[in-house]
Amino acid sequence: MPSTAALLSQAFNGLALGSLLALVASGLTIILGTLGVLNFAHGALFAVGAYTAFVMMQATHSFVLALLGGSAVMLIVGFAMERLVIRHFYARPDEDQILVTYGIGIVLVEGLRAYFGGNSQRVPVPSWGVGATKLGFMIYPTYRLQLIGIVAALLVGLYLVLYRTSVGLVVRAGIENAGMVGILGIDVRRTFLFVFAVGIVAVGLAGMLYAPVVAVTPDMGASFMVQSFVVIVLGGLGSFPGAVIGGLIAGEIISLTSAFDSAYSEVMLYGLMALVLVARPQGLFGTEGRV
Amino acid sequence: MRRLDPRAHLVELALLAVLAVAPVLLPPLGFSHDLLSRALNWALFGLGLDILFGLAGLLSFGQAAFYGMGGFVAAYLLVSGTIQSVWLALLVGTVSAGVLGLAVGWLAVRRIGIYFAMITLAFGQMAYFIENGPLSDYTGGENGIAGVPVPVLGFGTYAVRITAGLPMYALLAAAFFLGFVLARRIARSPVGLILRAVKENTGRVAMLGHDVPAYKLAAFAIAALYAGLAGAMLGPFQSYMPPDAFALETSGQLVVQTIVGGVGTLVGPLVGAALWLWLRDNLQLIPGFGPLWKLVLGLAFIGLVMGLRRGICGEILHRWRVRRDAAALRMARARTAAIEAAGGTPATPATPVAAEVALAIPRPAIDGRAAEAEIALEAQGLARHYGGLKAVDGVSFRVRRGSIHAVIGPNGAGKSTLFKMLSDEVAPSAGAVLLFGSPLTGSGVSRAAQRGVAKSNQLNQLFLGLSVQENLRVAALSRSRGRFRLDLLRPADGRPEVEAQVAAMLTVLDLTERADTPASVLAYGEKRRLEIGMALATSPNVLLLDEPLAGMSLSERAATCALIRRIGRSCTVVLVEHDLDAVFGLAERITVLSEGRLLADGPSEAVRRDPAVQKAYLGAVQADAAETRESTHEPA
Repeated sequence: MPSTAALLSQAFNGLALGSLLALVASGLTIILGTLGVLNFAHGALFAVGAYTAFVMMQATHSFVLALLGGSAVMLIVGFAMERLVIRHFYARPDEDQILVTYGIGIVLVEGLRAYFGGNSQRVPVPSWGVGATKLGFMIYPTYRLQLIGIVAALLVGLYLVLYRTSVGLVVRAGIENAGMVGILGIDVRRTFLFVFAVGIVAVGLAGMLYAPVVAVTPDMGASFMVQSFVVIVLGGLGSFPGAVIGGLIAGEIISLTSAFDSAYSEVMLYGLMALVLVARPQGLFGTEGRV
Repeated sequence: MRRLDPRAHLVELALLAVLAVAPVLLPPLGFSHDLLSRALNWALFGLGLDILFGLAGLLSFGQAAFYGMGGFVAAYLLVSGTIQSVWLALLVGTVSAGVLGLAVGWLAVRRIGIYFAMITLAFGQMAYFIENGPLSDYTGGENGIAGVPVPVLGFGTYAVRITAGLPMYALLAAAFFLGFVLARRIARSPVGLILRAVKENTGRVAMLGHDVPAYKLAAFAIAALYAGLAGAMLGPFQSYMPPDAFALETSGQLVVQTIVGGVGTLVGPLVGAALWLWLRDNLQLIPGFGPLWKLVLGLAFIGLVMGLRRGICGEILHRWRVRRDAAALRMARARTAAIEAAGGTPATPATPVAAEVALAIPRPAIDGRAAEAEIALEAQGLARHYGGLKAVDGVSFRVRRGSIHAVIGPNGAGKSTLFKMLSDEVAPSAGAVLLFGSPLTGSGVSRAAQRGVAKSNQLNQLFLGLSVQENLRVAALSRSRGRFRLDLLRPADGRPEVEAQVAAMLTVLDLTERADTPASVLAYGEKRRLEIGMALATSPNVLLLDEPLAGMSLSERAATCALIRRIGRSCTVVLVEHDLDAVFGLAERITVLSEGRLLADGPSEAVRRDPAVQKAYLGAVQADAAETRESTHEPA
């Protein structure tokens, strides 16, 4: 049995990982729910975000500017992807969408590898996040605490866009019934472009924020993508609250299990997914009948 | 059963020839024996994916789990000394992968499309982490298992060790060839036909009485067995079992290769693997280009998915087929155009109206006391509520055995919802349906079909990519084979009673000349007839017809009414129809619904004179525009 301090610190790690997963999965889930496209390039875009932070940090030496500039880059990447490729696939079978986004993922990862090389890069922790903070009961790295706060703020922002704006209303209506939105004469194409780009910015920001914590490599997004798939299965397809809660659950399961035996941390996550599939196939927040 | 026509085995013979000459002719082009062997191993692995994705339309991103499972089980058994014989280890490895396939598939086939891809991917990763974590004492974790022995053929002094190079190529070629022959048999078996139908229209396959999840699971397990065998051969082939057999990358590469080669062709996986490996080996040799090879292949893959989705072999095969069938298809289209130009006039019925429709396959037996039951189908207080909307609200009526019974009512009266409950497609919120006195509700649509309740739909649900006779065959097979049967080696058209049924149906529907025409090419009236014919081809005791005359021309209506009358001589028929002239002409008894409730129920003449019915209909004419509420709940 690990000590209480170790468990607590792992619980905080789980919160950090979980909030990142929530951000990645909400990007995935709003694209999936609104556009009906499962973005298999999501992991690659996570890595693109991290590399963008790396380049921007070198250019500006300011993490805030890196985040802002990086978001702009991700927005452009999202627009370009939707315009050039994804748009042509809305009417095609799910499987074709999966295949083409998988192909985009390969190209992005290999593009990063070709340009930056296969070796890992380091993004420095921002100056305001260096060191550790005393929380009374334990000492925890400052940046990770800030990371949780920033991601929480971003998720709240995303919530406000989805639930408090007219565009968000269209998006949520689209998740409920995409055909009906079109019938009502709303320009779905522009909404789709917007939603896709927002989803890409979300995953890109997750990559940027995670960059100071880990080694930045072209393949770094793969495990995040698979975990965010699990999050969506847990939370329910197209459900924003499901993605957030599911992300936190997933993060805690991985972190807390590794406090006991790290060999089982991922296995436990997939075990839970299997359990949910048996007991509640539509996910915790999903509605029956939607595939 | 066995066909002796050598032309039927032309593809197999051609493949055998290619496999025989490849190691002689291809090495100068950069295909070493080792590369060819690796390509064959991938191709064997890919055959399973081709059955799963090409045939059943299920795209799995987790095949590495089964590849790794087969590989590590076999390698561990051999290296630990548990099993001496490599052949036995291959068998055990393959079977273990199949068992894992059943377990994962049981969870995965509950979902389709996007969900299926996500779930298989996630379970693939789970297997990877189990190999690397909890089981690393057995699997060597990141090191894999080294020193896997090669197989030995023969005994004692005659024993031949199958070493790397040409002998290993021969072994892998033999394995691929046998796998290919088997896969081709499976594709042509009743299971293969049903899986193709599942890909076209899953719901209809279930309505015809097939156990769709079981067939999907079978396809999944077969794919896992192929993956397991390929994985199990990897260790002896490389004398090392690499841990990346389990990696996500492996599943992804398999999918890419199979798509590039051409999915649904069975040779696609081989062509795709050979091409991919050749490009990888040779592009890396170009100076200054080395690190870019995968980027270039990725771009090529995107282009392929966007423009040439059928893949290399698929595209060749498609063009060849288009050419071969061009004349037939042109004639079929011309016929369709002629029928539609003539207002859908069908040819005169081939048999007199008085004759019964002859079915080659017996209807399900009605046993015990039910055999004397006067009532074929009974609705007891059926209700279906959608939120606050009561689409059907407490409807009870009885359908007499051997009668033609109509359900009528204005738009939005709940007729289609009621019908879906009669066939157990939709679960009632309250009430129950009895078939010959025993409960039907809750058994599910495919079991209801097996018990003799068939339904034709308001909107056609045909297998558009299949020919007319294949559509009927899928239906007839369900009565003859039951909900599930794993007859993988029998040809789909190998059951005499099914073929007799298909032929009889073609005659009855006047579609004999259209037997080989794809259902998508048919004229509208023909499609409607096929829709009814598919339900009838299951040899039902009770046939439910949801608006059989919808959209038909006058002459087509007359012909279809005559057909329904003929069917009614041997089978209980319940129909929903808006054409009241047709209804009063056909039905002995009529049930009238209005706003989800029972308005009237009785003999045709009595219902016709019922003032409440007249009022509902006259009133409905004025209120029709406002009465479309319920139609939004019916799938378009």
